[in-house]
Amino acid sequence: MSTIARQGRGYRASYAVLYLAFLYVPVLFLPLFSFNQSIYIAFPIEGWTFKWYGTLLENERLHEALGNSLEIAITSSVLATTLAIFAAKAYTRYRYRGQRLSLGVVMLPMVLPEIIVGVSLLILLNQIGLGLGTHSVIIGHTLICLPFAIAVLMSRMEGFDRNLEEASLDLGEGPVTTFFRVTLPLILPGVVASLLLTFTISFDEFIIAFFLSATDTTLPVFIWSQLRFPQRLPTVLALGACILVFSAILVVFSEWIRRRGHVKAGPGVWN
Amino acid sequence: MSTQATGMPSGAAAATDPSRFIDIQQVTKRFGASVVAVDAVSLQIARGEFFSLLGASGCGKTTLLRMLAGFEAPSEGEILIDGQPMAAVAAHRRPTNMVFQSYAIFPHLNVGQNIAYGLRKEKLSKADLRRRVDEALEMIKLSGYASRGADQLSGGQRQRVALARALVRRPKVLLLDEPLGALDKKLREEMQIELRQLQEQLGITFVFVTHDQEEALTMSDRIAVMSAGHVLQVDDPHTLYERPTCAEVAAFIGSMNFLKGRVRGRENGQAVVEAEGLGTITAEAVAGDLAEGAAVLLAIRPEKMAIADTAERAPAGAVEGRIAAANYLGDRSHYYVNLPGVEKPVAVAAQNVDRETEGWLQSGAPVWLSWQAKGPILLPAE
Repeated sequence: MSTIARQGRGYRASYAVLYLAFLYVPVLFLPLFSFNQSIYIAFPIEGWTFKWYGTLLENERLHEALGNSLEIAITSSVLATTLAIFAAKAYTRYRYRGQRLSLGVVMLPMVLPEIIVGVSLLILLNQIGLGLGTHSVIIGHTLICLPFAIAVLMSRMEGFDRNLEEASLDLGEGPVTTFFRVTLPLILPGVVASLLLTFTISFDEFIIAFFLSATDTTLPVFIWSQLRFPQRLPTVLALGACILVFSAILVVFSEWIRRRGHVKAGPGVWN
Repeated sequence: MSTQATGMPSGAAAATDPSRFIDIQQVTKRFGASVVAVDAVSLQIARGEFFSLLGASGCGKTTLLRMLAGFEAPSEGEILIDGQPMAAVAAHRRPTNMVFQSYAIFPHLNVGQNIAYGLRKEKLSKADLRRRVDEALEMIKLSGYASRGADQLSGGQRQRVALARALVRRPKVLLLDEPLGALDKKLREEMQIELRQLQEQLGITFVFVTHDQEEALTMSDRIAVMSAGHVLQVDDPHTLYERPTCAEVAAFIGSMNFLKGRVRGRENGQAVVEAEGLGTITAEAVAGDLAEGAAVLLAIRPEKMAIADTAERAPAGAVEGRIAAANYLGDRSHYYVNLPGVEKPVAVAAQNVDRETEGWLQSGAPVWLSWQAKGPILLPAE
């Protein structure tokens, strides 16, 4: 066994390197060329500069788009997480007819093509006269974020002793105060993780925002509009690098919160 | 017992028959279409009583307890506590408190906050709240633990905190769901005594669920033995052990030898029975139809039999058998004796009073069995 293991070692290492290269080389081009002095994306790099990051601070349309994106991401992540708390409680705490079917239906948007959601909402919102703009993107993003939020919160709710909620009822607290005194504090890490995750999903989303944002451009839509002008490309690269770092931090942070919470507030009954 | 802390309407409380403090009337609980967890159970529990629900897992005892707490609603029947029908009373408004099997200590709160949890509605001043929590901690011998985190407690300490958290609300009824199950043997025995003392001291009605018959016998005023959703027998520990009314109870509590027999007549209120292995003997009839010729079970506990190594040392009427197996347990020995005409070996427990008895312990040795005159009882054949 050890011989085989040793023989395979070299291949496995190169496989792993290729694997990682496939995943990260394209993404790392963005930050790399954002420091390039030339406006053309080509090797060799002519010289290092921070000037493209400076242009980020001057572009007002970019700031507007960033503002829209933040507004949409914050609102839809809060909406999706709030709705998901109720749904996750229903799915984990009660048993009723049609439960599995309903869970399947609610989780479906996770695999629904966004272009379909985008087109459908475009038609529907125009038909019922709600029109397009920030609010319609919020509706679309809440819709696609909901399954992710439910998945995060359900795993959290399944993780703690059901008796804790019963104990609270037993000690004289009604269902509502029980939720705020026991359930919410215990699922808080899951709530934070869900907020961060859905924020990231909404913040990065392009297709739905493209269809529904009208003149209230979001950041990804703004980036797309800039690609037509080669001289603005480096600015886009700098912006992309910022978003990349910011998203990565958020995801790592949300995962860290989720795990830390699991260890600390698990049932822990048997010591 | 006259001091009742929690305030239900006093008129109703005065009218309640103290022996029917908890009145469970024909309660049935179904889960889904096919599972009947509790089947038409009626029980009356007296005020201030230490009452146990005893049975193997799945017998419905926990479901019954959860119906008392209000976590499950009966499918049929009614539950009254202190004269009040509980059907329309939600769990958080019932005069009961529960100690959960998992203890359900809130992990995000410390010990003091856990105990104070149920006192919020009493709107106590900060000083009063503190005093109540301190009293509760003192009661469970954990003074000074108020600021400990829930994860810093041992299993026994968690159990005590769960107890204090329930008792601090001064409930009319304390419900305990196998609260000692997770503790090791020594701690469990200590807690049995402590719980019993606490109950006597507070005068609160305890309803205690356990699958451990020894625990139930040690602690309870009365025990209901449950099986498959039914209550088989309700009695005090002594009666339950000495006079079980059916074979299932007799077998569940302690160990019991069962011998098939047939009623041959009656004599001084006792039945004359021809039993396999023992011949014709008289025995007290505890339950069932005892008409002449009726098939019965003769039940006799291992410790109510005596064993001797020779016919001379055995009393008159002893029957001869052979040892099938012998287990030495230190203070006592358990012998399994084959009697002619009896399928299963008869178990005999003998106190090891004499230090020299080891010689005739071996399997295959002939022995003579005798029994106390009042030892055997008669039960209806299954």
